[in-house]
Amino acid sequence: MKTISDHILDISQNSVKASANLIEIIVREVWNDDLYLLEIRDDGCGMTPETAARAQEPFFTSRNTRKVGLGLPLLKQNAEQTGGSMEIRSELGKGTTVMAQFGYSHIDRPALGDMAGVFLLLAIGHPGTGFRYDHFTPEGAFSISTAELLEILGEVPLKTPEIMAGIRELILTNLMEIKATI
Amino acid sequence: MSKITSLADLKKMKEQVQANLKLRENSDASDTLVQIKVGMATCGIASGAKETMTFLVEETSHQAIDAVVTQTGCMGFCYAEPTVEITLPGKEPVVFGYVDKARAREIIDRYIIKGELVDGIIPVNFRTIDEK
Repeated sequence: MKTISDHILDISQNSVKASANLIEIIVREVWNDDLYLLEIRDDGCGMTPETAARAQEPFFTSRNTRKVGLGLPLLKQNAEQTGGSMEIRSELGKGTTVMAQFGYSHIDRPALGDMAGVFLLLAIGHPGTGFRYDHFTPEGAFSISTAELLEILGEVPLKTPEIMAGIRELILTNLMEIKATI
Repeated sequence: MSKITSLADLKKMKEQVQANLKLRENSDASDTLVQIKVGMATCGIASGAKETMTFLVEETSHQAIDAVVTQTGCMGFCYAEPTVEITLPGKEPVVFGYVDKARAREIIDRYIIKGELVDGIIPVNFRTIDEK
């Protein structure tokens, strides 16, 4: 995974598989403490503490098409390489939260990457699931959700090229406004 | 058009788009709808499935193909990622492997539009990595 947004796209698939109705993606840049925090929170089926612990191992997966599951271990590795860590909080029947902490100024901290593209692909690729993305920096906050977008768009599909370009511009200009590190 | 910086701007834009939208909504969706599923697990993303899916969404829209592009998990053909499953109306699903942008264009132009067979189909008797 080359960028933080790649990880977001990847980890969100776990939440979709866990039948989540709402997946919340939160990025927090805490410049003073030199921290870059990523949180992916879902209201899916959750895991037992044993499963949550095993999910961090590369040779654990809940699927049966293959024997490896690298999504979480790769995120963990990337976070640890920057002096950070990864933590999974999960409760059966309630949902799961994956938290990764990166060293903000560490040279190995991946860039956010194409977050607008990832948000659009998640929204289009999983029509039955709600997504919300929050980005906080010391300069301000930005938030966007599929619920508010769908309400505005009505019967106009999200994948209409003009609409996709508009949403992309909306996300990018607002991230620039709060001086988010892209 | 002015820059989109808020949801209100987006709403204005949507109203303009809506006025120009082609009236193909009233056609009966189920017998013309092409279903496209892009494998978007760790293996897919690492091989560029994100670019493939973006291209498929944009290109089917541009060509006004009645298609729904969704994401799915790993189909077990990790060595052939990005993989894409396409179901033409009334046909069996077909899985294509190694679908980069160029292959995606070929699949749209030849398989989806003309119904021709294209190289790179993963046959049903192929084995997933676990069965190898």
